Parts: sequence; structure tokens; C-alpha cells
Amino acid sequence: MPLLELICPAGSLPALKAAVDHGADGVYLGLKDNTNARNFAGLNFDEKSLKEGIRYAQGKGRKVLMALNTYPQPATLPRWHKAVDTAAELGVNAIILADPGLMGYAVKTHPGLRLHLSVQGSATSYEAVNFYRERFGIQRAVLPRVLSLPQVENVVDNTDVEIELFGFGGLCVMVEGRCLLSSYACGDSPNTFGACSPGHAVRWEQTATGMETRLNGVLIDRYADHEKAGYPTLCKGRFEVQGETYYALEEPTSLNSLEMLPEMARMGIAAVKIEGRQRSPAYVAQVTRVWRAAIDSVKRAPEQFKALPAWMAELAKVSEGSMNTLGAYYRPWK
Amino acid sequence: MKLPTFPTSLARLIARLPAWPPSAAFATACNRAAWPTLGELDWSAAHGKRFRVHVKDIGLSMYLSVTPDGLKAEKSGPVDVTFTATAEDFARLSLRLEDPDTLFFNRRLLIEGDTDLGLTLKNLLDAVDWDELARRMPLALGRIAQAARQRLLPATT
Ligand code: SF4
Repeated sequence: MPLLELICPAGSLPALKAAVDHGADGVYLGLKDNTNARNFAGLNFDEKSLKEGIRYAQGKGRKVLMALNTYPQPATLPRWHKAVDTAAELGVNAIILADPGLMGYAVKTHPGLRLHLSVQGSATSYEAVNFYRERFGIQRAVLPRVLSLPQVENVVDNTDVEIELFGFGGLCVMVEGRCLLSSYACGDSPNTFGACSPGHAVRWEQTATGMETRLNGVLIDRYADHEKAGYPTLCKGRFEVQGETYYALEEPTSLNSLEMLPEMARMGIAAVKIEGRQRSPAYVAQVTRVWRAAIDSVKRAPEQFKALPAWMAELAKVSEGSMNTLGAYYRPWK
Repeated sequence: MKLPTFPTSLARLIARLPAWPPSAAFATACNRAAWPTLGELDWSAAHGKRFRVHVKDIGLSMYLSVTPDGLKAEKSGPVDVTFTATAEDFARLSLRLEDPDTLFFNRRLLIEGDTDLGLTLKNLLDAVDWDELARRMPLALGRIAQAARQRLLPATT
């Protein structure tokens, strides 16, 4: 079983190359449509760039994982089936799925294809993970960013499925896209549309009192000139609650679990995932470089591992709101 | 390392220029240097839309559109989307030394108007293969771009 594979995001071919060149063990990517949860205009891969990406990564011994992690709707199901077929034909190393129906199709149609359970599948217990293993033979599960480390360890100890954890990047507080906030504002469900702040619904405007962010006309934040901004997601907006205006649900901040690497190594976490397929090749290069160095260091001498201030500074620089958090991994309550 | 900031007198002069010549000069230069590579991407979502590149520290606005044959200079007037940043940040973005989202979080890049169009343009620029672009550029231009890139590169990279 692998230990602490570094899995990096690729929203474009240059991002994929940046990840590979800076030491990713694998990249994950999606097609240019709503079959994956980063459905943004101009982003992602068509068949030509996918072929080239697979050639580039696998040529250097790295893996390509394809995210097909939205929930198909009856009218457009053939699109998801075709995407599974494309992945199998072009020879990706695994597909990352959330929908059990699609897993059934993949197992039946391409028995040799390796399946990973997406974070959008929201499996938080070993019972759930083992169920997917028994029914569909999944080889790896990506755990939602709502579990504490002891809860993660409980899953790892009770399953043969490889466990992948998010190491860095954007956070979703609502069990991974199972969120009515953006459906309420935009009329689209994140896990079927493939984005929770669809570009068509977002408007930014510089006004005399600051930069305003609107989602489908709803004012979700106003940033004074000196304030850092976050993504235009409803959960990270500031709202007036009983006369006070503040981040009522979540602050714009990024997950950074780098200092927990020794514990992850001890627990036998198979892979660490970096969030950010919507980000540029520059981001992918910066973050991959830091995490490669950190993982190498923890593998060499876990007891001596230290999260170097230079690494942390580099990661804070590219973070949403320029802030980092350990998220749910470290919390005293369960 | 920082690019030298623009002398104010020069900035004032540029700000007073009509929008047309800088836009036209930029479009021509860009088409000659980069369109053979840029043109391989699918820009159809941006066809027929007008956008404005607002270089705020020198008060320069370029009005542009994308056609199947390359960038086209437009007359000033209402646009679908506006990008606002400083000259240095635009330079760092186009040399792929800076991540646009990072600049956005730090309030150094503003996208106003049709966000989908803004993201399309941003994501397409991210999808451009830099090595390919540099390889295909006229030799002198490619050298200048590489030199600029080296100069702006942070010491740790
Ligand atoms: S709005 Fe926030 S909580 Fe809802 S899906 Fe998006 S990131 Fe998650």
C-alpha cells in the first residue's frame, strides 16, 4: 500500500505539467463539463489535452486520476457514461466517483478500471467505506474534511481501502457540497451542477464603500480596501445576525495540515490531496514544491520532522483570505 | 525584485492618450508574438464580447475583443468585463509568476462585469503552454520575455 502519495490538482495542461515537474506522485483532473465538481468556463481537459496530459504524466511514472464526482441526472446520464468510457479507453490510472449508480456502470463495463471514492461521496465511517469496497471494489476513499484525526484513524484501522486525506486548500463545511446554501441562492445544486459559486451567478463590483460580492444578486460580502478577499461562496459571506455583521458560518481560510504529516505517516494515510483545480499553474507549482519537500522530509525522519517556517509562509501566501487552519482535523470535541 | 515604478509624468501622459492607439499596439504585438499558440485554444465563448484591461497605476485602459483571427482593438465604451491591476501585477500574471486567485485574495486583481467571461479568459490564459509560446515567439521577443521572467522571479524559485 502506498504511503503519503502527493496528489495535485490540474485544471489545465500547464498545471498538470507544473505538478509533475515539481514532484507530484499523481494529478487529478476533470473534463470540460459538469461531470466533475470544478465546472468553470475555460477550465479542464478535452480529449486532446487529456491524451497529452496522460502521456506526459505517465511517461514520468506519475498517475493520472480523473474526477467524475458529480451526481448524474437522468436526462444527461449518457454524458457520465461516456466520460467513464473515455477515461478507460485513454488509460487513466483511476477514476474518482461519488455516485453509486455510476460505480455500478464502471464495474460492469470496465471491470479492470480502478475506482476511488470521491470526497463528494461523503463517506465518513469505515462502515460506509467498506460498503463501497464490497459492492463496487473501490480501492481508495477520499475522506471528507469534517473528520477529526482520531476519527480518521478509526476509519483507517478498520478497512483495507487506501485512505486519502485533503492536505491543503479550500474547505467546504457542509459535508462536501451537500449544501443548500448555494442551491438557495443560485437554483443549482453544487453536486449536480459541478460548482457552488457558478461564474454566471457571481458579480464583483468596486464601490465607494468597498468591493462587493454578489451571488445571483444577493450581497454576500463587502471588503474594505485593506481587507483580504475570499471565494464568492455563500458559506464564506458576512451576514447580519442580531444586529452584528460577521462571518456567521465560516471565515475565508484554507486548510493546511502540513504539520500533521508525521501523524498521517504513522496512521498509514495512503495519499494527501491538494485542493485547487480552479487555480493557475503558478499556484500548483508553488504548493507542490512545498508539499514534496515536506513529505520527503517526514519519510526520511518522521521524529525529526519540523514544518519549516518558509514552507508555512509560502503556503499562507497563496491561501484564501491569506489564512490557514487545521480545520476539523484538530479539535477537542467530536 | 520589483519593476521600476512608472515615473508620474509618464503615467500622466499615457493616461491622456486616447484609448485606441495603446489597445491597437497591444493587440498587434500580442497577435504577432503569441496568437499562433494562443489561437489553438477554444476562445469561442469570448467571441463578440468586449473587455477592458485597466492598468490602474498608470491610468491606462485597453479595450479589446477576441476574434477567430486574434485580438482586436476596440473603441472605448461599455464592456462586458473589466480586469484591473497594476502594470507589475499584469506583467507577473502574464509571465505566469503569480496566481490570479492569490492576487484576487490580496485585492490586487479585480474582475468586474461578466464573471463567467472573466473566468473564461483567465482560465484560457492559464491553459497556454508557456514553453510552446516562448519557442514560437520571434527570437528577440522570446529572449526579452525570458529575461523579464528571470528578473521578476522570486529568489526562492
Ligand atoms: S457554499 Fe460553502 S458549504 Fe456550500 S458547497 Fe460551497 S463551499 Fe461547501
